[in-house]
Amino acid sequence: MRLFKDALARRGMSLVTALPGLLVLLIVVGLFLKSKAILGVAPLSRLLFSSAWHPLKGEFGLWPFITGTIWVTVTALVLAVPVSILAAIYLSEYAPPWVRDAAKPVIDLLAGLPSVVYGVWGVLLVVPFVGNVLAPLAGVYSSGYSVLAGGLVLAIMTFPTIIHVTLEVFSSVPRALREASLSLGATRWETTRHVVVRKGAQGILAASVLGFSRAFGETMAVLMVVGNVPAVPRSLFDPGYPLPALIANNYGEMMSVPRYDAALMAAALVLMLIVLFFNGLARRILIRVERRVR
Amino acid sequence: MKAPGAGLLRRRKRTEVVFRVLTTGSAVVVLLSLLLILGTILWKSVPALSLSMLTQTPRGGFYLGKGGGILNAIAGSLYLALGATALALLLSLPLALYLNTYKGRASKTAVWTRFFLDVLWGVPSIVYGAFGFVVMLALGLRASLLAGMLTVALLEFPIMARAIDEVMRLVPRELKDASASLGATRFETAAKVMIRQAAPGILTGILLAFGRGIGDAASVLFTAGFTDRVPTSLADPAATLPLAIFFQLGTPFPEVQQRAYASAAILTLIILIISLAGRAMSRKVTRHVVK
Repeated sequence: MRLFKDALARRGMSLVTALPGLLVLLIVVGLFLKSKAILGVAPLSRLLFSSAWHPLKGEFGLWPFITGTIWVTVTALVLAVPVSILAAIYLSEYAPPWVRDAAKPVIDLLAGLPSVVYGVWGVLLVVPFVGNVLAPLAGVYSSGYSVLAGGLVLAIMTFPTIIHVTLEVFSSVPRALREASLSLGATRWETTRHVVVRKGAQGILAASVLGFSRAFGETMAVLMVVGNVPAVPRSLFDPGYPLPALIANNYGEMMSVPRYDAALMAAALVLMLIVLFFNGLARRILIRVERRVR
Repeated sequence: MKAPGAGLLRRRKRTEVVFRVLTTGSAVVVLLSLLLILGTILWKSVPALSLSMLTQTPRGGFYLGKGGGILNAIAGSLYLALGATALALLLSLPLALYLNTYKGRASKTAVWTRFFLDVLWGVPSIVYGAFGFVVMLALGLRASLLAGMLTVALLEFPIMARAIDEVMRLVPRELKDASASLGATRFETAAKVMIRQAAPGILTGILLAFGRGIGDAASVLFTAGFTDRVPTSLADPAATLPLAIFFQLGTPFPEVQQRAYASAAILTLIILIISLAGRAMSRKVTRHVVK
């Protein structure tokens, strides 16, 4: 009887364990089936690289949205990656233990704040800041609802991801290596640069890639500050219209216009595939790093 | 007379100081950004925060600046997140137990499952929303509390499963061996030893997932719908806090926007309470843990 229960539990549990892989597949297949209606009508290149977005005329070019996503994400990363990595270096190499302990809840909380809260904060503070301070400084006019505002908000949202992974990578660098370097007379920074960062270089790359894919798919916070004008942005102060925002904004109308829903599902599919690729890449790197340390 | 190499030494010292300042400064920027966000939200919300916000549902003309509160959204969010978290736990716990009792730490199954969980963790919530919508249409469901719960459960699943898996990995081998040597089957070991030993971590995982679930907007946008009433059954549409904030902010009326700030403050407070509770509780449930 007990053995039977054990066997039963084993079966049941192994089924659940197959779920993650299955789910990835299901999402891709599900979105693909729904976007087939648009993939069949226009060639893939027109869907991806055309700037003509006129749903009522049946023209669905995703190019403005793809470039919008890239602009916002790259802006965010340019801001977030250096700050996050330097902060991680401080926390792992310089900070006294109590600061390190106190920093953990701060990072967890930043990661846990809902994206709408980031969005509200962005509307309250970042958008006016960009519109009234940064844009005049740069000598251009901007309403503030811009790629830059989106990038700033996103940068803060990606801090925790990058810091967390980088810290983990740093903590896997053996203590003895640092001590060897210090005992040779190297300063803290020299040790960090030549030992810790060199050993963890791949991990840092993976952390940044993870930050990238986190930023790439962020919806609400960006949607609220980025302006949502379906045109390819020309500067940081132009509004943009990222893919996730497109999907979120148009869910209401999509059932009433022919093939609109298929176009949006195609957008979701593009998003999923890109994130899948980068995530998979980063995780492969991290698994390799982990294996090498052991 | 200067010692040879003094200039070089000074330069190295200067580099050290520069980078010490840079790294410390970066950490301060991270901390400050959190304080700035919390500070702005709480400060801006003060004028509109009131008890009626918490205890009333929207009255007629609420979105034009008339009276009422956001009880519908608070209740909807809580129901939704509770249901989703329970569903996610139902999936996560067996998965983590299976990986850690039936499968070896470095077995192929374990490595691949963790890989897929990590990948799922990174899938944007809007994609879950779109996928949930597709499934909803396929099953003939309408936007409802149930559909929202299912979608959010999928979103929470990788977060919770990974968190529980991480703590179960730390359960010492000897403990499992001791249990096995007393004649327990693996299932008994899992149910009686692993769960108890990992209890604090499981709780943290649950709260982490709950926090993500209650704060997520993009996944419920298509699936849970929106309504001014508190949902009474699984088939009713349900309002959620993040969407309530989003819709209120989108109106052109300053009074309603004020209330969006207040709603954001309420959501932030809920998240703060969850994370504090998690810290306090994980210390308390350590009673049964063998050190």
